[in-house]
Amino acid sequence: MVKIGIPRALFYYYYYPLWRAFFNSLGLEVILSPQTNKAILDDGIKTTLSEACLPVKVFFGHAMAVAEQVDYLFVPRITRVEPKAYICPKFMGLPDMLRARLQNLPVLIDTVVDAGREGDSIQCWEDCFQEVGSIFTRDKQLVDSSIKAALQAQGQFKKRLNEGMLLPQALEDIDVAEVAAALQPHLTLKIGLIGHPYNLYDPYISMNLIKKLYTLGVSVVTPESLTDNEIEDKSNKLPKRLFWTLGKRMIGSALNFYQNRRLDGLIYLTSFGCGPEALVEEMVARWAKQRDDLPLMMLTIDEHTGEAGMLTRLEAFTEMIKRRHKV
Amino acid sequence: MKITYPHMGHLYIVIRALLTNLGLDVVLPPATSRRTVELGVRHSPEFACFPFKLNMGNYLEAKEMGADTILMAGGVGPCRFGYYAQVQQQILKDLGIEMEMVVLEPPDVSFREVKDKIRYLIGDLSWWQVIKATRFAWCKARAIDTVEEKLLYLRPRVIEPHKLERYFREALQEIDTADNRRAVQQVVRSFLKKSEMMPQHSREPLRVGLVGEIFTVLEPFANYDLEKRLGLLGVDVTRSIWLSAWINEHLLGGLLRIRHECVHDKRLAAPYLNSFVGGHGKETVGCTVGFAQRDYDGVIQLAPLTCMPEIVAHSVFPAISKDYEIPLLTFYLDELSGEAGIQTRLEAFIDLIAAYSRNKEGVL
Ligand code: SF4
Repeated sequence: MVKIGIPRALFYYYYYPLWRAFFNSLGLEVILSPQTNKAILDDGIKTTLSEACLPVKVFFGHAMAVAEQVDYLFVPRITRVEPKAYICPKFMGLPDMLRARLQNLPVLIDTVVDAGREGDSIQCWEDCFQEVGSIFTRDKQLVDSSIKAALQAQGQFKKRLNEGMLLPQALEDIDVAEVAAALQPHLTLKIGLIGHPYNLYDPYISMNLIKKLYTLGVSVVTPESLTDNEIEDKSNKLPKRLFWTLGKRMIGSALNFYQNRRLDGLIYLTSFGCGPEALVEEMVARWAKQRDDLPLMMLTIDEHTGEAGMLTRLEAFTEMIKRRHKV
Repeated sequence: MKITYPHMGHLYIVIRALLTNLGLDVVLPPATSRRTVELGVRHSPEFACFPFKLNMGNYLEAKEMGADTILMAGGVGPCRFGYYAQVQQQILKDLGIEMEMVVLEPPDVSFREVKDKIRYLIGDLSWWQVIKATRFAWCKARAIDTVEEKLLYLRPRVIEPHKLERYFREALQEIDTADNRRAVQQVVRSFLKKSEMMPQHSREPLRVGLVGEIFTVLEPFANYDLEKRLGLLGVDVTRSIWLSAWINEHLLGGLLRIRHECVHDKRLAAPYLNSFVGGHGKETVGCTVGFAQRDYDGVIQLAPLTCMPEIVAHSVFPAISKDYEIPLLTFYLDELSGEAGIQTRLEAFIDLIAAYSRNKEGVL
């Protein structure tokens, strides 16, 4: 069977259900790179520029980890998944960066995903898949039905997220009720987490941030639990429309969290070298000052961040919140 | 209204000509200096790019001189520049500084909006006067590029480069003060004549192409006078970006036809970079290939630290360098780049390309 490799990085966290269902339904085998580990990160660091952001480094490591086992590597050139907003220059150049820096790659499927000025988040993937499908089959009906299956799987995934399931669980095929029970409701503090999924949900990169918070008695609310509309509504309040989809998600989540009276604090996880974040986090931090009862902690991670230091900061932050509650 | 705008190389001359002729009261911030940097850095996000920080410094210094309105350009991404103005505005507001910001978004987004904003600035001036002022400013832009191109060409060749530099400074100043087109053209002619008569060395200098992000290429303060350093080391520098070309593309919507060596190089970006990546990323790759094809001895890329499009461009360099056997060097610039480090890296690079070039000749 033809094997398609997918690096477990960047947009894997947004679109894996979509991609997997599409390729499976075409009759292809999908091979995912393993969970991030030291070797993967080291490989990524070795093959990228030191100026590249941490997530791109991680992506390179994953591409290398899966490259040898597959016939094709799926690295779509994701430009816009909604009209008039980009992902990030680095996403747009990803396939070119891989080609220029790695030898012996399998065939790259680098089809463009671009909603352009008028398209939308579904049609851009339909267009992409039509093109990708034609690489493997002449059977148009099969491609169409695979696209349908893919969109359905993605819809299911979104629904699970909106129901409050954490992303890593929503990515697996776990029953909703089961997971809801596993989320302990008795934790004492509730914190809003802001950050890109490829940082938040990669336990190696985030150094188990969510688990650490659980053990400190903190439950989390994530951007993924908000609907696209909730995010869009709030980010529309900006003086000028943001032209980064992910940046909008960050600002939109922050603004939603500011209004959520049940939250005790916010943590904003960013990774070193992220371009859009440099401006977006500045705006978030400046607005945070307007709600001084909701403390915000910025956590920036890079390849040298130590686990112990992070734990200390989390402990101090939660202690501070608890003290404030007593007063 | 006392209007100001941030510095970018010699752009101030062009904008001053334009605004003054539109009847506006211009307050030019002092030339960017260490103090500008300190002010800017203090009030900017740590990881914002260098140009953002220098802009902030310019605003604050202009404020001290009485400016109350800022003219700034916008953009539609994905490069961060398009969102500078909004964040800068928020920062000024939080500092309690009352300055109005007029942001000119690219006309393809909303032509009407641009028109309204210009109308707001110029009051009831006629459009004919606007066109006249624009043409005058344009004439200055072309003049600046012409004298600067000559400077770049002659600096490694003349025996007295510092004297040439002085002529150039004088010419710039005269262009700035000239109040009609004929006077501007006169300055250019006399500079060309004077400089071409200067005694020259007989050796042929090494040739280096300069690519990268526009601000760091055009602003000598941001690139630690890189062109001058190269010239004094005896290297002929060819720029891929010119002020007038930039104005034409970004402010005039590509209305005019401009000729310079790299005009068509953008299409050479494929197969190395097959997509637009914002900013000047694609041009950087295309022009690098162009210089390589025209047999330059090396190419230098300039970018603000953390500049996304340039990081993407830089990432594909290994493939170009391998295919064309040409040495490439990248400088990421910010307030911490040390002068000494830059000079050392430049000298090492020149030694390298000199060796390469001798080698090539040996083979031939
Ligand atoms: S959005 Fe930020 S973290 Fe993601 S690829 Fe771009 S620069 Fe890197």
